[in-house]
Amino acid sequence: MVAPPRKSNRGLVGRLLLMVAGSFAFGFALVPLYDVFCEVTGIGTRAQLNRASAPDASAPDMSRVVTVEFTASVPDSGPWEFAPVVASMEVHPGRLYEARYSAHNLTGRDTTGQAVPSITPLRAAQYFRKTECFCFTPQRFTRDEKRDLRVRFIVDRDLPRGIDRLTLSYAFYDVARLAGGKG
Amino acid sequence: MSTVKRNSKLPAAAGALAALFALPARADWSLLNMPKGVSVLSREIYDMHMIMLWICFAIAVVTFGAMIFAMIRFRKSKGAVADTKLLHNARLEAAWTLVPTIILIAMAIPSVDKLIKIEDMSGSKLTVKVTGYQWYWQYEYLGRGVSFYSRLARTSDIARQLGSGIDPYTVENYLLEVDKPLVIPTGTKIRLLLTANDVIHAWWVPDFGMKRDAIPGFMNEMWISVDADKPGTYRGKCAELCGADHGFMPIVVVAMPPAEFEAWLAQQELRQ
Amino acid sequence: MRPDEVTNMAHGNAAAGYGDHHGPPKGVMRWLTTTNHKDIGTMYLVFSLTMFLIGGLFAMLIRAELFQPGLQLFNPGFYNQLTTMHALIMVFGAVMPATVGLANWMVPLQIGAADMALPRMNLFSFWLLFFAFMLLISTLFVPGGAPAAGWTLYPPLVLQTGNAFPMAVFAIHLMGASSIMGAINIIVTIVNMRTPGMTLLKMPLFSWSWLITAYLLIAVMPVFAGGVTMLLTDYYFHTSFFNAAGGGDPVLFQHVFWFFGHPEVYIMILPAFGIISEIIPTFSRKPIFGYEAMVYAIASIGFLSFIVWAHHMFTVGMPLAGQLFFTLSTMLIAVPTGVKIFNWTATMWRGSISFEPPMLFALAFLFLFTIGGFSGLMVAIVPADFQYHDTYFVVAHFHYVLVPGAVFAIMAAVYYWLPKWTGHMYDMTIAKWHFWLTAIFVNVLFFPQHFLGLAGMQRRIPDYPTQFTDWNMVSSIGGFGFGLSQLLFVWLIIRCVKGGERATAGVWDWPHGLEWTVPSPAPYHTFEKAPELH
Repeated sequence: MVAPPRKSNRGLVGRLLLMVAGSFAFGFALVPLYDVFCEVTGIGTRAQLNRASAPDASAPDMSRVVTVEFTASVPDSGPWEFAPVVASMEVHPGRLYEARYSAHNLTGRDTTGQAVPSITPLRAAQYFRKTECFCFTPQRFTRDEKRDLRVRFIVDRDLPRGIDRLTLSYAFYDVARLAGGKG
Repeated sequence: MSTVKRNSKLPAAAGALAALFALPARADWSLLNMPKGVSVLSREIYDMHMIMLWICFAIAVVTFGAMIFAMIRFRKSKGAVADTKLLHNARLEAAWTLVPTIILIAMAIPSVDKLIKIEDMSGSKLTVKVTGYQWYWQYEYLGRGVSFYSRLARTSDIARQLGSGIDPYTVENYLLEVDKPLVIPTGTKIRLLLTANDVIHAWWVPDFGMKRDAIPGFMNEMWISVDADKPGTYRGKCAELCGADHGFMPIVVVAMPPAEFEAWLAQQELRQ
Repeated sequence: MRPDEVTNMAHGNAAAGYGDHHGPPKGVMRWLTTTNHKDIGTMYLVFSLTMFLIGGLFAMLIRAELFQPGLQLFNPGFYNQLTTMHALIMVFGAVMPATVGLANWMVPLQIGAADMALPRMNLFSFWLLFFAFMLLISTLFVPGGAPAAGWTLYPPLVLQTGNAFPMAVFAIHLMGASSIMGAINIIVTIVNMRTPGMTLLKMPLFSWSWLITAYLLIAVMPVFAGGVTMLLTDYYFHTSFFNAAGGGDPVLFQHVFWFFGHPEVYIMILPAFGIISEIIPTFSRKPIFGYEAMVYAIASIGFLSFIVWAHHMFTVGMPLAGQLFFTLSTMLIAVPTGVKIFNWTATMWRGSISFEPPMLFALAFLFLFTIGGFSGLMVAIVPADFQYHDTYFVVAHFHYVLVPGAVFAIMAAVYYWLPKWTGHMYDMTIAKWHFWLTAIFVNVLFFPQHFLGLAGMQRRIPDYPTQFTDWNMVSSIGGFGFGLSQLLFVWLIIRCVKGGERATAGVWDWPHGLEWTVPSPAPYHTFEKAPELH
């Protein structure tokens, strides 16, 4: 049997293997690329949603009222009470407001909670600026402790006219419970 | 080696006929198409669907017509001789590249205004937060302090167990009934916030024309609006595989006139 | 090349002594150690047929449960294992290995090469695949059972899988490695080993289809590997790629998966297109219409397949611009696909058509794949897709393009090339019975699913409200009929391997391509000397 020419194959095989490696790396690159995409389309990355913004120096828009709703969930995280103190607020874009969430640790032990924010509609996320929030910061709770968690925000004056209502939602997780989970 | 070409439609018709005879007496042939639904949006989507169907049908008539004609007219068994030089036709090829492109873009254009409408949440009068669980729903009327779970009705749940021996036909609204339905006012734009407790679910009522995923840790939203003159009970289902009982967490929505709805809601508030 | 030239060349080859001097080794060792592309092709094809029957058995079980409302056979958790495994086996165990097997057998023959470029890697690819599937199938028997989150493996649901999880991930890695190696092999073979004079634009369309498919495989299989690796680390090592609690997003997985998943379905269909492009000219007795257009069409389909993935995700909550973009890009893929369908029809136009079994399957492909294409156009368009998504309408769509699409093309290829492989003609009567029963039952099985989806039946459920009974019953009857009919196919192949009327080198009335210049059965070693092109 005639063996196929080895030398001329090696270069091509090498280049193809590089393509494979590049492809594999691309798969992992999709993780940060996802954030880039969210930033570019204005949905807002995790970092953006969590970052505290500087207070807006310009005057609030008194001619416009936007309803901001607050809601909370505790996905699969055991006995916690976590709810907004006030269900909604009528706000003027450009003015600073404060909202509070009440959290009560009923798990029967000291533990740590962490809240993940979400803004709907997607388009509004980049116009909802939090100057102070408890997003993603681990919150230590002793057994049976109940306290309020504070978020201060400004709805940007540039919020598109078509949006008259937006919702800030927190998903509250018990990180100690998660760490003790699978694996 | 070549065979006599039989009429390709006859065996297909015979096969369909055979399948028909195997059916039980209680045939429900009305189930052929998407419902028109009870909202402006669902009707628009239905119309769009029908237009696309007709366009596809028209293209099919032309394409299949040409294929069938070729298969019959150019049979070797009827003496056809191959024209081995027929390899190109620049004008025809350009035409059947450009014309479909135009048709397809034209088909996509009606999406734009409907999508803009779907993504426009403004003007809503009520917000309901929907949370998907394994395997039931939770509904919360934001700002009214009313929240409850909605599970598969007991009669269905008993009947659907493996080897229950119960004939599903004896259960009313088998797999489409819940213990506590979602109640909404008619003629009102209602904003639904969707999330989940554990895995991805999806909320879908065909009569409302919209479906959206409920993703744990995130909030999605969609709006629905039942026509003012269409109070009634509408049934839907979870539309994203969420585990073993994915098929057993239906959605039931009762739409009633706004005044009745307010009365109902006030009663619920007292109970909570 | 005229038919009489083909026969002369075949005689010439035999006379020059290119037949077997020494046969391959006998027994099991032959199959464990062979690096011969024909043997390896045969192994892939036998493996794929076996997997087709196993995946088909799961489908029969699914249709049996869906025959009537109520749960009669399985509890819902096991049913989800059946649907998941049915898809994984059919996609990765039946369709892909079949097309790889066809590539192994036919690409060297079509381009006049003595074997594949990397014969030992070729052998390794096969056994890797075999082992991967033993591992995957064994998950049915471990605590917790097989994966049950759908072949799409979405988290967080897939992270609820039990002991089968690492096994499934490992099986996927092995199977992916096998595919990647196979793809590299095919590219190097086609690029470096074509006989002198065969420029790329003179290469047969089946080989062209595999050249593009191989590049798609290299580009996306590693992304799938990355995605399941991320699932693995989320499962065991507390990473949070897809877990909101840790800052991740389940939807990210969907993007990663479908970035692979959409090109994957084109990986399954492009070789099918190549097969049809071989068969229709042969039985129309004229060359393919618009050869260059066919090449450009396949290449543009390959390219476009990278920018449509999110049409599988329209309901996740996507920005408006994203929805519009993906609708448009998906519609555009229909253009080169349409060009191919028109060119196949034009090939038949003013031809001299006969209806042997390969042609019967190719014509059924032409009709029924096109129907699948129409339902594909419909699901491409948001907001209509909001009503179709995750219903039986989608199930009907993809089964139309995969079963009377890819699978029929593979069957057509087997009927086309089986005499070349075995040296025997098969029983035409059985073949035609197989065709007609299959073609009729496939429609009884899948057409009613369009109605079920439109009427509101969602996917992946073992039981349904009673109004869906009738069409489900029809579909199940179609399923049983379709499944049983495949036994004819198996029987026919076994009989043909064992014996039958002697096949000539050209086999058919109007053969085209180098594979028809060697005797039937093709000698163990062919084209040891590069053939001359006319």
